[in-house]
Amino acid sequence: MQVVSTKQKIIRMIVYVLLVLCAAVMLLPFLWMLSASLKLDKDVFTFPVQWIPKHPRWANYHDIWTEIPLLTFVKNTVKLTVIVTLLQLFTSSFAAYAFAKLQFKGRNTLFLGYIATIAMPWQVYMVPQFVMMSKMGLNNTHLAIILLQAFSAFGVFMMKQFYTSIPTELCEAARVDGMTEYGIYFRIMLPLSKPALSTLTIFTFVNTWNDFLGPYIYLTREELKTIQIGLRMFITQYSQEYGLIMAASVVTLIPVLIVFLSLQQYFVQGIATSGLKG
Amino acid sequence: MPEEKVRSSGCLFFMQKDFSMTAKKTEFKKNLVAYSFIAPNFIGFAIFTLVPMVFAFILAFLDWDGSPYNPMHFVGFKNFANLASDDQFLAAFKNTIVYTVETVPLTLIMALILAVLLNQKIKGRNFFRTVCFFPYVASMVAVAAVWNMLFNPGMGPVNEILRGFGVQNPPGWSADKDWAMTTIVQFSVWKYMGYYMILYLAGLQGINPELYEAANLDGCNGWQRFWNVTIPQLSATTFFVLVMLVIQCFKVYDVVYMITQAGPGTATLVMVYDIYNKAFVYSSFGSASAEAIVLFALVLIVTLIQFRGQRKTEA
Repeated sequence: MQVVSTKQKIIRMIVYVLLVLCAAVMLLPFLWMLSASLKLDKDVFTFPVQWIPKHPRWANYHDIWTEIPLLTFVKNTVKLTVIVTLLQLFTSSFAAYAFAKLQFKGRNTLFLGYIATIAMPWQVYMVPQFVMMSKMGLNNTHLAIILLQAFSAFGVFMMKQFYTSIPTELCEAARVDGMTEYGIYFRIMLPLSKPALSTLTIFTFVNTWNDFLGPYIYLTREELKTIQIGLRMFITQYSQEYGLIMAASVVTLIPVLIVFLSLQQYFVQGIATSGLKG
Repeated sequence: MPEEKVRSSGCLFFMQKDFSMTAKKTEFKKNLVAYSFIAPNFIGFAIFTLVPMVFAFILAFLDWDGSPYNPMHFVGFKNFANLASDDQFLAAFKNTIVYTVETVPLTLIMALILAVLLNQKIKGRNFFRTVCFFPYVASMVAVAAVWNMLFNPGMGPVNEILRGFGVQNPPGWSADKDWAMTTIVQFSVWKYMGYYMILYLAGLQGINPELYEAANLDGCNGWQRFWNVTIPQLSATTFFVLVMLVIQCFKVYDVVYMITQAGPGTATLVMVYDIYNKAFVYSSFGSASAEAIVLFALVLIVTLIQFRGQRKTEA
């Protein structure tokens, strides 16, 4: 027994050392970003790295709002992200309920159609989609981004997997009690699907917030730009203003961090139960 | 009952007919309710995804500069034939394959190792999981900016450290044509492994603990348990991770745009980057779509091969 427990202790030690190393690799770039965001441009690259600046330059966090139209970018991104996420959650879970719990004509064919499109990357049809959107007069509008992000097959697939795991007897009992399908969806299914909805929220929020190519193709007017393309434009123009770039980067990370931390308890659980692994 | 049936057969027939009509009606109503659930998503999906998908296949056979004043010409397979002698396309095709071949195994192995480590009962497990997942959710433009500074060839801390260890000529990273692809692969692995780690964690949690107990009884050590229980039990997860990773690598764009802008030269030009250039810089919508179809064919072929491989290992 003694031998086993020392051996286990050694293994545990190795696991910890490996994990701390991994965590360091994952976290150090962010810490360096935070530290650089409080420095003068000329001090950013001093070596050895001064992790805690002697004279933190908080003014960087003030200047970014005046030197870059960061507030406009943030507002645009928040607006797009919230609308897309809400539409995505609603339309996907609504459709998924029918696929999981209702019998109707053409159900399997339709669902197969959805699944088949998941394997087709957006990049394959982004050009014809742009041609079509331009014809509809949607180039340089936020509506274009909303329409191309809000109706994903992935969301329907994910929610359907989750609803299938909920016992059908629940729905049948409610039907016997005279509840309509809409009532069952709103009063029984939705409250039960918190983990799956949280997972989908994280995915959609992160994807929309971080989307680059979509806004890059559609939004060329500055007042419409999102954080990703706006900040990128700034970085290309003022590539030497390291402190400011890092401060703006920190700001763009905060909303994602908040959403992620507040929903993460559902996350692993959500992925596991919605059976993303098929 | 039988006499009754005979006696009032006419009436029963009428009733049956009536009954089947209401049944039809309720079925019709049922269908309608179901369609009303699907409609909000399906209408948007059909117009903004399905229609462009079909259009992509048509556009690949047309010669068109995207201008509404110039007509489209049907040119058959000419766009595809032209790709064969298009240096940009050939470089992009090669680089996309190289990027995928390097990124997929590295990400997969790192994700699996992290998942196995983080599936142990240890203190701070949730903290480590969150930390590993964070690069995945972090804004691409922000982390790419910090990456560019960390790996700045002249003054970046990474090269300073390398010099400190006595490396005379540290790599030029994104500015060096021999290192640019490595820089992008490194960044991708760092950014995406947390996501696949979560998928593996979900897979690990689905393994029946009794299998490990049985392996223990058979006198397996940790390493043997890993190879004989964990790996085979994870085959479905690995298959899914592999498909997702390959697709993700084939469609890479932002990483390249933000770290090397496809350079130096065409050292890191990838297919989606080239598709973007062809369509939106050179207004050559037909050849852009032809390249997009080649990309799709690649994704499809690799996915089908993986499906077949999966079937074989299961059989």
